Amino acid sequence: MRLAQAQEENSALHETIYGELTRMQVMREANRCLYCYDAPCVKACPTHIDIPSFIRKIATDNVLGSARVILQENPVGASCARVCPTEDLCEGACVLGEQDEPIHIGDLQRYATDFVRARDVELFVPGALTGMKVAVVGGGPAGLSAARELAVMGHDVTIYEAKAKLGGLCTYGIVPFRLPMDVALWEAEQVVRLGVHVRRNTVVGKDVSVDELLHSYHAILLAYGLGKVPRLGLEGEDLAGVLDAIEFIEKVKTGEDAGQIGDKVAIIGAGNTAIDAATSAKRLGAKEVTLFYRKTAREMTAYPFEVEFAKQEGVQFRFQCTPLRFVGDGQRVQRMELVETELKEVEGRLLAVPKPDSMFSVEVDTVIRAIGQTKLSELADLFGVSEHEGAIRVDNGCRTSHPKIFAAGDVTFDKGVAGEAMVVEAAEQGKIAAKSVDRFLATYWETQEQIF
Amino acid sequence: MADLVVNLAGIRSPNPFWLASAPPTNSGYQGMHAFEAGWGGAVWKTLGDPIVNVSSRFGALHINGQRMIGINNIELITDRPLEVNLKEMREVKRQFPHHALIASLMMDCNRERWHELVKRVQDVGVDGFELNFGCPHGMSERGMGSAVGQVPDLVTMTTEWVVEVAEVPVIVKLTPNITDIRYTARAAVKGGAHAVSMINTINSLIGVDLETGYPIPNVAGQGAHGGYCGPAVKPIALNMVAECARDASVSVPISGIGGIATWQDAAEFMRMGATTVQVCTAVMHHGFRIVEDMIDGLNQYLDRHQMASAMDLVGTSVARFTDFGRLDLNYKVVAHIDEKQCIHCNKCYIACEDAAHQCILRMVDGDGSERLVVDETECVGCNLCAMVCPVEDCISMIPLESHIIKTAHVG
Repeated sequence: MRLAQAQEENSALHETIYGELTRMQVMREANRCLYCYDAPCVKACPTHIDIPSFIRKIATDNVLGSARVILQENPVGASCARVCPTEDLCEGACVLGEQDEPIHIGDLQRYATDFVRARDVELFVPGALTGMKVAVVGGGPAGLSAARELAVMGHDVTIYEAKAKLGGLCTYGIVPFRLPMDVALWEAEQVVRLGVHVRRNTVVGKDVSVDELLHSYHAILLAYGLGKVPRLGLEGEDLAGVLDAIEFIEKVKTGEDAGQIGDKVAIIGAGNTAIDAATSAKRLGAKEVTLFYRKTAREMTAYPFEVEFAKQEGVQFRFQCTPLRFVGDGQRVQRMELVETELKEVEGRLLAVPKPDSMFSVEVDTVIRAIGQTKLSELADLFGVSEHEGAIRVDNGCRTSHPKIFAAGDVTFDKGVAGEAMVVEAAEQGKIAAKSVDRFLATYWETQEQIF
Repeated sequence: MADLVVNLAGIRSPNPFWLASAPPTNSGYQGMHAFEAGWGGAVWKTLGDPIVNVSSRFGALHINGQRMIGINNIELITDRPLEVNLKEMREVKRQFPHHALIASLMMDCNRERWHELVKRVQDVGVDGFELNFGCPHGMSERGMGSAVGQVPDLVTMTTEWVVEVAEVPVIVKLTPNITDIRYTARAAVKGGAHAVSMINTINSLIGVDLETGYPIPNVAGQGAHGGYCGPAVKPIALNMVAECARDASVSVPISGIGGIATWQDAAEFMRMGATTVQVCTAVMHHGFRIVEDMIDGLNQYLDRHQMASAMDLVGTSVARFTDFGRLDLNYKVVAHIDEKQCIHCNKCYIACEDAAHQCILRMVDGDGSERLVVDETECVGCNLCAMVCPVEDCISMIPLESHIIKTAHVG
């Protein structure tokens, strides 16, 4: 109810940035697809959706079949249709890109998945029961993807979700005008329909012990993602009005009161979450929203189309500067002091170092920190799996150092090592992990003696 | 600019583009508009005994989003009184004396009745007659249209009756719903026809409505076979025109009909022996205005090929259309893929792999990039790869050195 009310009260926040496609647009686009063989777009999709096949099915008015092709390879394909950086992935690889325009694959994927979302259809069925129990810790894209696959394989799956709703960042962490919550919840619902048990509002390590999980399940998949935005460690950071971007976006998404943000909002960071926070602030009514980043536009990790979108929404960018401290009236932040930076290559790494005598300050009503997410190392420690800089170490099959524990998604994303923290990448890891778990469970009874 | 004036068995028209006897030539109103738009001639919708038309009448074949690749119709001949048609025809001819106005006729197999019809109609000043021996639906069940066109003796006999009283050239319009159109074309010539036109529509059922199960089009839930036309039938029509054009026994000019929508289509028919071309479906799809580009395009084409007159184009490719047994078995082409233009859709690869001779190889270079290479020893030169390739001229069919065509271009 709260969400519905919020949607009414602030339609700008919930009005998606893409319009509904007309049937004419869809059919034109679907018919434009060349139906390539061994298509480059499929290779460019981390989940390897058979794109030519799903598009052909749209063209033949077999939209249900089309959606099945999409969701078979990617259980969160409806979300990905909205949040994937398609120009870097499928659309970037489209053979029509050079001489024509790439097929709008994301739009077509959205059309097909919307079609089945609007209808109560059974897309997948659970497999014959194997009698093996698997716990999935975390119900975000990676966890849901794995749970769907495991359920189809016939395993008895239970998802442990700390929050009230499944979907992870798709539900809570991506702005509603890009990814409405009902899309992510629908995807989660499809997984639950396969007989997957869900323990909501359950924090592993607190509400249920790691030992209990280890003893109750034949295998465990860790897919609990990342934590809050790390602290900057600066003076004045505890002042009211200095916010965590993940929490801020979650409030925007759930319709919870995000508080008064005022006219002048500063965002610290340059990733997609920073962009989401900035555009949300703008749509909440802030007059001046400026994104401060210590490096240049080139080093931003946000997708170019997100940056472009933020510019269109009126977000300002200020590069090569970094905050030093936040100053307030003792309660709320009023001013942010920064210093300009210059880029220097130190031991092969590009660092932003403060420029001498270049301090300046800006007036702010709100500051939103968006400099990444903390690693939930304590939980990994409880499971006793080995890590590298907070990221759980896994082999090619998403298996951790513990023989019956697997990990997928953001928990495994080690900077510069394993893929990018995209929803689609998490979905693929979930699939890979599920295959590994299945292989492991197939030989479970033969190997368990060695394990325990 | 070339001279587009053509002369078909004595019927002159300012250009070779005629409207076929069909819905676009149903009335004087349409005829006036058509001539104003630039059409060189029009064959009036078939005159005959009164009939009643059904509702609905047309069905279309759409392919991959392309509308009206073909049309099926179950409309009959004119459903307007003969005197009304004649009055309007007289008026059109009065206002456009230099355009070709042809009357399409259909009548029972009765000499006196044919005589009567021909005399009444030629009185309005038409430039020629076209005998409708082709309509495949509705009228054929009553012994007219293609029921005549399918029996050479009837074609000869009826043509003779018309020629007996006609004072203007007589064109016999043939049905494609036969085994070999040359037999009926010869029969028309034997009967004294001054020209033949082809093709009329092809027997067809355009589709079935998958929700209702009704045939398309349906009349109160029921359907009947109709006549098929439009771009999809062009190859059938072109072949029939070409077969007649190279048949010494079909010694009269030809008016080509069937799927013609552009100047290119028209030029192909003309190269294969048509003196005029008749158009219907394209006008039903886009209106009379398409003739502007047909005229313009043909003009440019003739200029490019240094032909002073459209008549110079007529029949220029006929000699190149021969019997299969006369084709050179030593000639060989092989596919060549231009790597620079290739967009890597792999359509050629899978077409050759699954449907031809498995002679396109996918090579991976040292840097991981893929390349499609034709194994020329296995390639039979079937053209399939070049046909499926979406990039124009990326795949070319190259004659092997010793077999370069010795003769220069025709025409």
